[in-house]
Amino acid sequence: MTVLSEDLRVSREGAGWTRICAYTDLLPERGVCALVDGRQIAVFRTFDGSLYAVGNRDPFSGAFVLSRGIVGSRGDEPTVSSPMHKQVFSLVSGECLDDPAVAVPTYGIRVADDAVEVNVL
Amino acid sequence: MNPEARRTAAPETDAGVPAVPAPEEKTTGNETAETRSATTPETGRAVRGVNEEGSATVTPERRADAVSGVFRVNEEASATVTRLVVVGHGPTASRLVETLTGRGFAGTITVLGEEPRPAYDRVALTSYLAGKSAEDLTYPVPEGVTLRLGARVTGIDREARVVTTADGHAEPYDVLVLATGSSAFVPPVPGRELEGCFVYRTIDDLDAIREASQDAVSGVVIGGGLLGLEAADALRGLGLATHVVEMGGWLMPRQVDEGGGAVLRGHVESLGLNVHTGAGVREIVAGPDGRVNGLVKPDGETIETQVVVFSAGVRPRDELARSSGLDVGERGGIVVDDGMRTSDPAIYAVGECALHEGMVYGLVGPCFTMAEVAADRILGGGAAFARADMSTKLKLLGVEVAQFGAMDGALDVTFMDPVTGVYQKLFVSDDARTLLGGICVGDAAPYNTLKPFVGRELPGSPGELLFTGGPSNMDLPDDAQVCSCNNVTKGQICSAIADKGLTDVAGIKSCTRAGTACGSCVPMLKQILIKSGVEVSKALCEHFAYSRAELFDIVRVRGITTFSQLIAEHGTGRGCDVCKPTVASILASLGNGHILDGEQAALQDTNDHFLANIQRNGTYSVVPRIPGGEITPDKLIVIGEVARDFGLYTKITGGQRIDLFGARVEQLPLIWKRLVDAGFESGHAYGKALRTVKSCVGSTWCRYGVQDSVGLAIALELRYRGLRSPHKLKSAVSGCARECAEARGKDFGIIATEQGWNLYVGGNGGFTPRHADLFASDLPTDELIRIIDRFLMFYIRTADRLQRTSVWLENQGLDYVKEVILEDSLGICAELEAQMERHVAGYADEWRAVLDDSERLRRFVSFVNAPGTPDPSISFEPERDQVKPVLIPLETLRLEPARS
Repeated sequence: MTVLSEDLRVSREGAGWTRICAYTDLLPERGVCALVDGRQIAVFRTFDGSLYAVGNRDPFSGAFVLSRGIVGSRGDEPTVSSPMHKQVFSLVSGECLDDPAVAVPTYGIRVADDAVEVNVL
Repeated sequence: MNPEARRTAAPETDAGVPAVPAPEEKTTGNETAETRSATTPETGRAVRGVNEEGSATVTPERRADAVSGVFRVNEEASATVTRLVVVGHGPTASRLVETLTGRGFAGTITVLGEEPRPAYDRVALTSYLAGKSAEDLTYPVPEGVTLRLGARVTGIDREARVVTTADGHAEPYDVLVLATGSSAFVPPVPGRELEGCFVYRTIDDLDAIREASQDAVSGVVIGGGLLGLEAADALRGLGLATHVVEMGGWLMPRQVDEGGGAVLRGHVESLGLNVHTGAGVREIVAGPDGRVNGLVKPDGETIETQVVVFSAGVRPRDELARSSGLDVGERGGIVVDDGMRTSDPAIYAVGECALHEGMVYGLVGPCFTMAEVAADRILGGGAAFARADMSTKLKLLGVEVAQFGAMDGALDVTFMDPVTGVYQKLFVSDDARTLLGGICVGDAAPYNTLKPFVGRELPGSPGELLFTGGPSNMDLPDDAQVCSCNNVTKGQICSAIADKGLTDVAGIKSCTRAGTACGSCVPMLKQILIKSGVEVSKALCEHFAYSRAELFDIVRVRGITTFSQLIAEHGTGRGCDVCKPTVASILASLGNGHILDGEQAALQDTNDHFLANIQRNGTYSVVPRIPGGEITPDKLIVIGEVARDFGLYTKITGGQRIDLFGARVEQLPLIWKRLVDAGFESGHAYGKALRTVKSCVGSTWCRYGVQDSVGLAIALELRYRGLRSPHKLKSAVSGCARECAEARGKDFGIIATEQGWNLYVGGNGGFTPRHADLFASDLPTDELIRIIDRFLMFYIRTADRLQRTSVWLENQGLDYVKEVILEDSLGICAELEAQMERHVAGYADEWRAVLDDSERLRRFVSFVNAPGTPDPSISFEPERDQVKPVLIPLETLRLEPARS
């Protein structure tokens, strides 16, 4: 398990919220990955400024890469497609829209003082 | 799920056969059932099956039937779940178990397999010798099923309902399914027991044949049927001089008539196989070492051989049923009714061991149907097996052979082309209107187009249909069977397309299972899609109603520079992994600055986003450009040092450059800094762009070369580097007609002549290899470059997304493209040339531009909150003195909770 280095400005308050970066660090329609308590969280900012957090592991390939997928929409659902084999996941529910039996975890995400925080509890 | 089975499984069709107790009845022994339900989220089909399947949950009424009726269970037994035992684990058993678990069978399932390995795809057996592993062919075993391998069942105690195995194990059952398959028939030929004689049935057989072939020179297959020719192909693949001995008058007598057999023989002999028809075997003789050394035909001729493979048919494995007192047929086979039940209502038989209405079936399609019928009956349904279609279509030794319907009729019409070795025959009624059956050798197209008309009126005269390759505007009746393996009709496919809004063959496959077994009906599925108006739409995806070429023109003519503007004005939604990279490519082709600038960055797929190719463990590869494959020793040393310092796996590519693998995201800028400082630039291996221009050494060194191929290759690679296109582009230049650079396998290839250069276009070595077509001859260099400029820009403007030049050229037509490029028939050549000039003038190395920009560099981290931390999921292990990725086993991953 990797230990987070000390200069990460990891602030913890209340029920498990962890600060990961500034809101302006996120590009619209793109993802980043955060390492929180040893878990890899894929964080996305969509075109309208909404934020989403899902597990970074692509369940089809086993590789930790979902944060590097292309963000888009299917119908009204905001989505990310795996960069490995293009399966599409809902950013809202984590469900794979190409295979409803598969899903990735979703996590709480919010902006506090212009910083993005995720909750992995 | 077989739609037939689904329909008959509706709750009201309760035939009162053994049903499973309702789930709430589980008190003991339900651990297995719980395990299975907990794991169904991993098997997509299983979950969907249960959801679609209204009848998967057994109603209380049916449970009452089960207890009071057929089972006659005592109180203790009624409190337990149904114990299903399956004897045999081949493809049919596998399908049975998959169907039962997929439909939520609540009992326990124990499978006793005789072979030491789980069920595998026997249809693909020959591919095992061609290099596939046993694992590749193995069917998955659903969670919760108990599989005992190497367990040969020796007896059934039908009174006590217990089966016993050779090792003394006793397995009690409530329902027993015999799926014992068949065994190869070995005719009573003297010498058949000698070392060096084999059958062709199991992976173990193949292992033994492979081993024996190592020291052998020649091999004989006894039997020239479907399996025999497959075995012959396998022996040929093992390097043996191969003979086929067939008792009948011609090859594949069950599938083709004498005329077809003759044409087939021509194909087979042209591959170097020796065919002996109308020939039996007098004896197999041994050499001094006691092993097989020859085969003597009845006429006294001896074929020298060290390997003999019997492929003279199969016999149902009914000995267990026989010894248990179940009814068996006179010529073998366990007698079953339409519900696959044997003479003992608690015992079913499915697959090649079952005898239904006097027929034993050896084809995978009917066997799968039997498995699904039995599963439905076990679940309480009323599905019935009907006499199955024995149509066959296969490709043996590279030759298509097909047979459908009857093999005779009042009239027959034959099309024969001895030049290409095509033989096609249709059998029709005496008025020549109703199709009764057909035979194809060499080209099985009529199988696809005409088979659904068997028993119906043909849409034209038989001769015309054969000569023109079938009805062009095919209008099949709804009840025509399209997929005979899974018994799916055209009507069912059309309903699925309409109801579920399917837009591709993959969708049809997953909804109806059509096309998922042998795949021979896939071309028809495409046709049906087109006919239902689905593929007529050229829409790129749900966000744009335009084709790529139309979008290209919109962007070019309207001067659009951002995706947001394009989708707002000409599309809907927010885009996806199809339209975003396509638009990114169009914007890049039209010269819109660095591909990671502004909004463009978010459009790129991960390869273009990190300017590197993603690999299976989430690391990336680094490929510096080595124009024309020419590189100095100093630069070679730099690549070696960089690879060594960063621990990268190195491999020389087919495009004459060096690929460095295993770089983590945060290492990419450090690696590229070293490379760029040494004079390297991006090789665009990650992009749909020009990859390489390969070359031979040319006239500078080669004593045959007539032009400087290396010099031209470098000039072309530098000219077109960074050019974004609908798909990747590859090129090569050969210095003489010997063609060492393999230029005719490239999108654009150049071959030197004494007078100048010949240009070839549309070649491809990929999935569908294609030799490039000669486009223009004896061109001076400047003229050559002008034509390539035009050609590439015209392709970039008009091709579909991910369409290589080979397919594009076939769609456009070579003559048309020549008119446009060489004669300027559209008057656009000046524009195409100017566009290419803009590309050449605007080129800048993408990697240098990233290294020079701290904002772009910031994206190259594994973790936004821990920029220096490497991804802990990535690790490597040694292999052949280099590294390879350690892969996380998927099954471990899938067992974690699906969501938190």
